Amino acid sequence: MNYVSLGIFDLAAAATLILINGVISLFFSLGIARTLAVSALRMCVQLAAVGFVLRYVFAQSAFWLTALIAIAMATIAGFEIMSRQKFRFSGFWGYGIGASALFSAGFMTLLFAMILVVRPEPWYLPRYALPVLGMILGNILTAVALGLNTLLVSARRERAGIEARLALGQSWQQASNGIVRDALLTAMTPIINAMAASGIVALPGMMTGQILAGVEPVEAVKYQIAIMFLIAGATALGALIAVLIASYRLSDDRQRLRLDRIVRKS
Amino acid sequence: MLKVAELRVLDFGPYEISLNPGECLVVAGPSGSGKSVLLRALADLNISSGTVMLDDVAREIVSGPEWRRMVRYLSAEPGWWAETPKEHFKHPDRIAASFALLDLAPELAIRPVSELSTGERQRVALLRALEDNPVLLLADEPTAALDDVSIKKSEKLLRQYLKAGGMLILVTHSSKQAKAFGTSQLKLGRKSDGGSGS
Repeated sequence: MNYVSLGIFDLAAAATLILINGVISLFFSLGIARTLAVSALRMCVQLAAVGFVLRYVFAQSAFWLTALIAIAMATIAGFEIMSRQKFRFSGFWGYGIGASALFSAGFMTLLFAMILVVRPEPWYLPRYALPVLGMILGNILTAVALGLNTLLVSARRERAGIEARLALGQSWQQASNGIVRDALLTAMTPIINAMAASGIVALPGMMTGQILAGVEPVEAVKYQIAIMFLIAGATALGALIAVLIASYRLSDDRQRLRLDRIVRKS
Repeated sequence: MLKVAELRVLDFGPYEISLNPGECLVVAGPSGSGKSVLLRALADLNISSGTVMLDDVAREIVSGPEWRRMVRYLSAEPGWWAETPKEHFKHPDRIAASFALLDLAPELAIRPVSELSTGERQRVALLRALEDNPVLLLADEPTAALDDVSIKKSEKLLRQYLKAGGMLILVTHSSKQAKAFGTSQLKLGRKSDGGSGS
């Protein structure tokens, strides 16, 4: 593998481009110059930190250290799900539903990928496991957040229709059928679109990265296809788990609609 | 028969109700006095405490859906979940006959619900609620949006339902309707004043 290594001056040259954003902000008084500077700085610091952590973890290549990082990634992703929702369940459920979907779907898919698809030696080799987990979690996160948001927003919007069905003696499963389907559909749409558009509209990020790192394009494509399927399965599984638990929590032992368990994001 | 004791829901109650087949309890009170909340509690759509028994069966004995198949809540603003009225009925083949009872043209059954007038929707909802012959009907202002002719037809339908042994709890703002139907009355006051049956 051969690639061009970047030096500090190369980065500084790239950074000058952010001045374009700053000039636009000042010229149109958008008031985002400060936020922009902070965001740019955050990116540098965060990425540098990740770089050094990964360098250390890769060098150690220890199972428990890898597992620890993986769990930390999923935990943080769980909070990100919560912060992306307009409405969420009150109490621990607000975090728990998204996080349990992330953990179960994320780690099941990761094990599948490491043991049956990529098969590095050892199977948890962090150089493979952590980036793959990152991609899987990122996509489950989007799907679960979309699914939960759709479910809760439509439960509130469709309240009259849902309660009409319940009042007529239908079960919660029948009455919630419409919003559950909506939620699953919304959750799975992005990955379906991404699969259909990949290679035409944009080169997927991982494939681009591998090509820049000197991997032969057809080899990079093989990886990308495998990852796409992993992501498709993981998002479907994660959305299903989250939406089903949420639907269960939206009702109770008397099969009522329990909108009182939802709170608006403050 | 219906027996309600010590029923409390949100800040309202306790309510005591006793109703026999063919009888109608009229619930009256200003808005905000918990009329709809009481009906929703009886249908077990709102959480409530206390005893509610229908023919010696306590509501806890049966599942929520089973209970609501016997105790039917008809909301003042009926909800819809499908495109046309027809899809909201269990027996689409009987729609033409039942629509005729309330002067609704049979074509209305396959028009989008959103194109129906408020009065038409209210009448369709009444027919939908009575379709499978509930033991107890909880009707929240079932004729509020109707003209005089439609009110007469709807009241006739309710009277037939009572004659056939049904029980009715009726929220209405029409004193004429209250007098015509009520075999007993429950007057609700403002919040937490409670109510007293008579």
